[in-house]
Amino acid sequence: MKHGKLFAVVLAAALLATAPLFLNAYQVDVLNSIGLYGLLALGLNLILGEAGLFNMGHAAFYAVGAYTAAILNTRYQIPILWTLPLSGLVAGVFALVVARPVVHLRGDYLLIVTIGVGEIVRIALVNDLFGMTGGANGIFGISRPNLFGIVIRRPQEFFYLIWGCVALTIFLFLRLKQSRFGRALNYLREDEVAAEGSGINTAYYKLAAFGLGAAWAGMAGTLFAAKMTIISPESFNFWESVVLFMIVILGGAGNIVGVLLAAFLVIGLPELFREFASARMLVFGLVMVVMMVFRPQGLLPAGGGRFLPATLVRGRG
Amino acid sequence: MMEAPSVVSGRPAATTTPLLTLQGLTKTFGGLTAVDAVSFVVEEGSVMGLIGPNGAGKTTVFNLITGNYRPDRGRIEFAGTSLTGLRTHRIISLGIARTFQNIRLFQRLTVLENVLAGCHYRMRGGILAALLRLPSQRREENDAMGRALKELEFVGLRQQALTLAKNLAYGDQRRLEIARALATRPRLLVLDEPAGGMNEQETEALIGLIARIRERGITILLIEHDMRLVMRACEELVVLENGGKIAEGAPEQVRRDPKVIEAYLGTEDEA
Repeated sequence: MKHGKLFAVVLAAALLATAPLFLNAYQVDVLNSIGLYGLLALGLNLILGEAGLFNMGHAAFYAVGAYTAAILNTRYQIPILWTLPLSGLVAGVFALVVARPVVHLRGDYLLIVTIGVGEIVRIALVNDLFGMTGGANGIFGISRPNLFGIVIRRPQEFFYLIWGCVALTIFLFLRLKQSRFGRALNYLREDEVAAEGSGINTAYYKLAAFGLGAAWAGMAGTLFAAKMTIISPESFNFWESVVLFMIVILGGAGNIVGVLLAAFLVIGLPELFREFASARMLVFGLVMVVMMVFRPQGLLPAGGGRFLPATLVRGRG
Repeated sequence: MMEAPSVVSGRPAATTTPLLTLQGLTKTFGGLTAVDAVSFVVEEGSVMGLIGPNGAGKTTVFNLITGNYRPDRGRIEFAGTSLTGLRTHRIISLGIARTFQNIRLFQRLTVLENVLAGCHYRMRGGILAALLRLPSQRREENDAMGRALKELEFVGLRQQALTLAKNLAYGDQRRLEIARALATRPRLLVLDEPAGGMNEQETEALIGLIARIRERGITILLIEHDMRLVMRACEELVVLENGGKIAEGAPEQVRRDPKVIEAYLGTEDEA
């Protein structure tokens, strides 16, 4: 069974890696969207899935990252990919500042506050904040990324950039999951009082989850700005936050493979059924309802038992 | 006074030092005084019981000790350090560990992961160490794992290390909470109704476990309704009623106290 799972993952990865060879430009572009949403959802998964903090304003951090990259690139001619760490940092710090006063709120209250934050950011951008965000029209003329002398322009090229980032994220976040930090987030999600009562600084880990998840959204924002070459506030509206929230819950909060699978379904399926026009959202909504009724824990729920040291396994046998 | 018939060996005479001191502790919720000027001392190495009828304020006292509530008046001192105003995780890191009346485990995590929570504050590894998987981080993880397994062995849950906490039997869940608390390597262990919901056999095993914890040099303060356990495991009792302390002393002495009989032991069968 364990081998079957590994085989499935390897097969999916191989299929994905060779996808640009047999898909057309439009289809590859859909995969690129899925990859971007996958990156965003993996970041949100730290906050919502691992730490259990209801954040429905993730698009705000995405926007902060995208605008940081766009402003640095268009005004100061900094190569777009160089802005990656900085836009991550700015989005992360922004999240810390915003989350600091509200992070003690529980569940639904935090949810409402984060919705508010998302709207504030969007409206601030529409109102041409600091005269730098270009108002409702946004920012144009973001330069193409240049990776070791190769200008990335076609969807096939972006595909490898974006999915390379997804692969790196999976690698890093798996390590995070199997660490003291990752466990602390889980303790927080399961029972905050017990976590604090076991010696865990819950306030610190809540903020850390927000900061790290937002930093990832910020970096995804850079990739988005580079891909679109034009960004506007409408790309970061409330619906984006809702979709990301949905991906994490649908996939199985706290499960990396589940979250990516959900990104494929939530972003990919509506594209697949484009010919049904407006009916596709109806079907989509119905699937969501059925899913939550019959499998509220998500497609692939997070389970314990990530620690399988050899001594333990032998001790059990 | 020292005739206390306890299963645990008599404590060393005369050399006792106070580990935990509560002085004039008061806590009100709205108009209700839950804890009213309570003072007592827990001696290092002893097993002390906090008893009293339902609603007497016992759990509130525990929550004051571990910083879940802030006292309105009064002081709590642990090993010479004032606990007033400290956040819970800081208090835990000073050497107090607790369990909860209504078992609070990390339900969807494994038994092992639950105990690793107790190891957390003595570890260092942060985000960067985890991402880079430094050798020091790996060593630390292995050490913590070993320590957690040892505590599971101690409470007899080693075989269930990879079971999800929610799938454990009730009595095992109580023991897992104790293992998690022990993993913090406390000097004082605070147990809130450890025998709650346990059958006779499980309670018997618990009394043995408490004795073994004590042998490790850990001081114990416990709330319990099961009088057999209290009389056998504790060498000192504090009795609360309506938030105030009404008696204190060795179990035999407290058992004969008319005030206690009136307040508590007269309705023992409800426990």
